[in-house]
Amino acid sequence: MLTKESHLKRNIFGKDIEMAPTRDGYGIGLVEVAEKNVNVVALSADLTESTRAAKFRDLYPDRFIQMGVAEQNMVTVAVGLALQGKIPFVSTYAVFSPGRTWDQIRISVCYNNANVKLAGHHAGLSVGPDGATHQALEDLALTRVLPRLTVLAPCDAEEARKATHAAAAIKGPVYLRFSREKSPVFTTAQTPFTVGKARVLHDGKDAVIIACGPLVYEALVAADRLVEKGISVRVINMASIKPMDEETVERAARECRAVVTAEEHQVAGGLGGAVAETLARSYPVPVEMVGMRDSFGESGQPEELWRKYRLNAAAMVDAVIKVIKRKH
Amino acid sequence: MKKLTTLDSLSRMANTLRRDVVTMLAEAGSGHTAGPLGLADIAAAMYFNVLNIDPRRKNDPDRDRLFVSCGHTAPIWYAALARAGFFPVEELKTLRKLGSRLQGHIDRLTVPGVESTAASLGQGLSIAAGCAYAAAMDGKNYQTYCVVSDGEHDEGSTWEAVNFAGYYKLQHLTAIVDRNNIQIDGPTEKVMGKEPLRERYEAFGWHVIEIDGHNIEQIIDACQEARAIGEKPVCLIAHTIPGKGVDFMEGDYRWHGVAPGGLDTEKAPPKNKQLEAALRQLHY
Repeated sequence: MLTKESHLKRNIFGKDIEMAPTRDGYGIGLVEVAEKNVNVVALSADLTESTRAAKFRDLYPDRFIQMGVAEQNMVTVAVGLALQGKIPFVSTYAVFSPGRTWDQIRISVCYNNANVKLAGHHAGLSVGPDGATHQALEDLALTRVLPRLTVLAPCDAEEARKATHAAAAIKGPVYLRFSREKSPVFTTAQTPFTVGKARVLHDGKDAVIIACGPLVYEALVAADRLVEKGISVRVINMASIKPMDEETVERAARECRAVVTAEEHQVAGGLGGAVAETLARSYPVPVEMVGMRDSFGESGQPEELWRKYRLNAAAMVDAVIKVIKRKH
Repeated sequence: MKKLTTLDSLSRMANTLRRDVVTMLAEAGSGHTAGPLGLADIAAAMYFNVLNIDPRRKNDPDRDRLFVSCGHTAPIWYAALARAGFFPVEELKTLRKLGSRLQGHIDRLTVPGVESTAASLGQGLSIAAGCAYAAAMDGKNYQTYCVVSDGEHDEGSTWEAVNFAGYYKLQHLTAIVDRNNIQIDGPTEKVMGKEPLRERYEAFGWHVIEIDGHNIEQIIDACQEARAIGEKPVCLIAHTIPGKGVDFMEGDYRWHGVAPGGLDTEKAPPKNKQLEAALRQLHY
């Protein structure tokens, strides 16, 4: 059953559910935080439309900086701006930042504790036809190992908007992960979002699916399907990858005794790895991981890719059945 | 902060900074010697004459900013900051030791007066450019300086910053290139070509002034000229001698990353006499 306190939309499994990419929520959130705080500035490396920084540019041209296709310089210029009190939001594809700019992020942003907000777009396999080169499947691993960096992977456009607000409010570096493809907008303005807190969206006791990004919706679909099979599954939205809500993870492991993780990312070093690290320290139970397994993606439609690489609700149903069989 | 106004007093300060550098490095037993010695005159000119700064008002929004991109030259900047009153001079001997504020490479969070952390090459000029851009956005008139090593012009990201600053005509930005002609693996032009450095900067829309990086009068005059140019960023190509002031180190690239007492060369005294010999030469 969907939890009341998560205030999700009604009839989230209906065909008419609103669809929007999480990057849209970033674009809206960016304009909202800019309206509230004159220090918010935005930088783009020749990807202003597709990273949804265009509305900010049009509304606040004096606070927008076109950086050209020069991501390394973009991140470090943002550091210089941040050290003078600006709150720079840096937008490009995740394959380029943190992909190309990791050294800049490690030293000039994180070690320097600069108040820079890094927006990594087009994360995950659902980038689709552009293919493996543009599908960031490693960015969570790259960012969550960095001290002082907060890492957020919102589950839908509404949560992306809230995550953008949260990033602006944090004094310190933040990485935000966004998707290109439309996905169901199933949370509402009332759905709580707190950095460092995981949210139980669906109650259950036989197993728990811990997911992030657009796969949270797929996890809810999987849980709904499993009800028919008499299996009760808890679903946790782990939007805050770092800091991670270890207490909620441990409690779920104690109560459900079987865990499935789900992410549009390599399972090594990503959400799967992070949850496994936590459980190994606190309460080890069987874990199955839905995600990329040491392979690159390829061109194709998002749905086709999710099916081929087993990142959808069907894959999660199978993973839940498998992990329950492994229960002690 | 009271400025030093005579060339003689500034030269004496540069010498004091050199003595600090060799002493702290010998105490640490590791670190970079050649670059910091070569930068002593620039450090003295900047911190004791050119920069509008005050250790009692470290966060003054209108202060001048001096960024250092080549974080390995930390000892000279630590010495300058300590002598300028940002922290006690006695603390210099803790360089590179466990628990010290004086990390091996420049650290903003621990050292008072440091504008930005620096180490991995090719990042500082971008940070300084971001600072100069912020100043322009806020209508501030302070000057942003950035000391860049010649070796880090091998980094593509340095040229991204040069292009950015030139394109946006960041007029309150002054780069000071420490043209000492050495890097870790040898003479700069043997490792990777940097020339024609002046023409490269000019092609990106910068005004270039070449100076003798050991002539304090030239350094101060060039900084004043840079402030007055307007319309474009200015690059001071400061020709320096690595290891300046210590005859057995001058011009020898092998002293790039070694502390006094750490290297046998044809010209150098025995290791256990190197600090003493260096200090003797740096006696004023």
